[in-house]
Amino acid sequence: MSNPATHATVHEAHHELGFVRTYIFSTDHKMIARQFLFLGLFMMVIGGLLAMVVRWQLAWPETPVAGLGWLLTETEGVLPPEAYNMAFTMHATIMIFFVIMPILAGAFGNFCIPLMIGARDMAFPRLNMLSIWAAFLSGGVMLAGFFVPQGHAASGWTAYAPLSAVATYQGVNWGQNLWLISLFILTISSLMGAINYITTVINMRAPGMTFFRMPLVVWSLFITAILLLLALPVLMSATAMLLFDRTLGTHWFLPEGGGEPLLWQHLFWFFGHPEVYILILPAMGMASEILPVFARKPIFGYRAMVYSMLAICFLSWMVYGHHMFVSGMDPRVGMAFTLTTMVIAVPSAIKTFNWLGTLWGGNIRFTVPMLNALAFVAMFVIGGLSGVFMASTPVDIFIQDTYFIVAHIHYVVFGGSIFGAFAAIYFWFPKMFGRMLNPTLGHLHFWPTFVFFNLTFFPQHIVGVGGMMRRIYNPMQYEFLQHLQWWNVFITWSAFALGLAQIFFVINFFWSLFAGKKAPLNPWQSNTLEWIAPSPPPHLNWGDRIPTVYRGPYEYSSPEVAEDWFPQNRSLPARAAARH
Amino acid sequence: MTPAILKPPARDDAGIVDELLAEIGRIPPAPPPGDGGDGERPFGEPERTPFVPNAVLGMLVFLGAETMLFAGLIAGFLVLRYGAVVWPPPFQPRLPVEVTGVNTAVLLLSSLTMARALRAIRRGKQAELARGLALTAVLGAIFLAVQGSEWVRLVQFGLTVASGAYGATFYTLIGTHAVHVLGALRWSGFRLF
Repeated sequence: MSNPATHATVHEAHHELGFVRTYIFSTDHKMIARQFLFLGLFMMVIGGLLAMVVRWQLAWPETPVAGLGWLLTETEGVLPPEAYNMAFTMHATIMIFFVIMPILAGAFGNFCIPLMIGARDMAFPRLNMLSIWAAFLSGGVMLAGFFVPQGHAASGWTAYAPLSAVATYQGVNWGQNLWLISLFILTISSLMGAINYITTVINMRAPGMTFFRMPLVVWSLFITAILLLLALPVLMSATAMLLFDRTLGTHWFLPEGGGEPLLWQHLFWFFGHPEVYILILPAMGMASEILPVFARKPIFGYRAMVYSMLAICFLSWMVYGHHMFVSGMDPRVGMAFTLTTMVIAVPSAIKTFNWLGTLWGGNIRFTVPMLNALAFVAMFVIGGLSGVFMASTPVDIFIQDTYFIVAHIHYVVFGGSIFGAFAAIYFWFPKMFGRMLNPTLGHLHFWPTFVFFNLTFFPQHIVGVGGMMRRIYNPMQYEFLQHLQWWNVFITWSAFALGLAQIFFVINFFWSLFAGKKAPLNPWQSNTLEWIAPSPPPHLNWGDRIPTVYRGPYEYSSPEVAEDWFPQNRSLPARAAARH
Repeated sequence: MTPAILKPPARDDAGIVDELLAEIGRIPPAPPPGDGGDGERPFGEPERTPFVPNAVLGMLVFLGAETMLFAGLIAGFLVLRYGAVVWPPPFQPRLPVEVTGVNTAVLLLSSLTMARALRAIRRGKQAELARGLALTAVLGAIFLAVQGSEWVRLVQFGLTVASGAYGATFYTLIGTHAVHVLGALRWSGFRLF
């Protein structure tokens, strides 16, 4: 069957690729995935440091920030209000657009989809390369904004008009323009990725890989790609309009020329709410992938998982109004958005109960990826439940724009997406780089992260209900917030510890990259196709023959075979399959 | 003489558009296995042929994104249009309906010539394909030229991007459309000359 001659030519052909085509302008989906991962991790450092600056200001308002004396010379290290606005705006922008999206959708979308469906590469490899380079360009433009006069965008990551629409309102001119240009380029990058993902999943599946044999992470990335495809163009049109308002003098969002400031909120949240699911769906897929592997059990309710993701995808288009309950909305419309928002909790709950059902009675292995996946499930439950409170208009009017919202978004986006991303990195690192991550350092990273995450973000619910506003510069200026100040100091210390815990991850990542233990083919004894390719997989993944798929991805502890896993490409009987 | 478009795609400018043409036009794709191995065309294709070729599917998916882009713009226009007390606002020039109507007909005609070019290559008639594409490009260029001259006239009458919601919506929407026509023109120019 296997023809050694063909095999040899194939390999020789690969080695002809030069350094530039292999490492820089590569069309190989695995190299593009690594590039997205490095982009995301690099930006995470910047986004994280900005968060520390924000926390310092909230705990010890208007005192010199340790280590920033050299930068803030005019104020001798005290963070001025404009810089504070810039810090929280850019923290959110970077974390959402340049950390979570590149890591979850960019890196793991590129890495997992072709390998897990048995394809050699994406449908359009060159478009894929254009996508990562557009993302790099967009990241460069975004970072350039820090160095222009008047500083970077400071109108919040939501950039509400008219504050964002006229340079003099926030005192930022080119920062906000570059912010808009950067997001415009990033949407183009993500659209190219989405087109690739959708086409690849529909057309490039290996023989036998039916839709309902696809691993759930591929399903989740496929559905994420649909959301990206339909949500991002709306952001694109909105950023173009806002940029024209700022630079060409149009009046899309400016009432004096017949424009409508609320239009920005509608367009932004019409994109923004699907965006929330773009951030969480891949993490849900990763948890669905990792839990069965380490519980040694089939996923509970595979089809229910798929249908609930499709339901989330569908419903995510009709809930965006819940961001605008206090923006001036007919109460009857608010009622409708309350109902749809509560309905979207149902598919999320189905998924949660299925994860619990998967764990029930399993033979659980507490590896580092498993711990991160379990943390994802637990934290997502907390973040999801506080989301249901807010769906109710009366509650939302009370907690609108308070730290309760900040706590909620961080439970979903850090507790959900970032733990999902860590789980995925720990899980797929051996396949991606061919070396194992160190489990001791992994535990040292996970446990402090988990503990300090909760100590940082849970108290924010309390200060939020106490009335502390979301983007307040100095909470001490309000008498009714002064008794909560000790919480702010506590949160800040805990946030510093959370930041320091990430050092273990950085050490582990780089040390293992160069000196880690060589990874075997299938270190986690998993069923899915990527584990039959070498670690790391060569260019075009599968040698001279694409794998054939005979079964679903979660047949763990099957009575039909002696081992407790049953790879997707193995046909029955097991003996015949051994030669395969 | 063979039109440039039918030369086997040179590796370095082969892109999605070439793949599209190759697959719609049933031009035999570049020989697959072990050929160059530059990663552009994976060798050893899956044993099943997809129902819709990659390039066609990718283009359909892309049209979904385009639909949402224009949906955002048109939704913005409708909000401003129906939120205004008087529309079009007083003391601003009316838009030239007749010229635009004729121009739209020119653009529709260019889809007809494009469809004919496609049908020609499906029957293997290469010269007819080149003629059809050239005609399409010419019609697109006429459209843009007419639109450009109309814009100049409107600006002379005092309707600019900065003249309120009327100018903003008009120039943004029509401009986005013109950028699309320009993109098509540039591509067909590349292919033909």
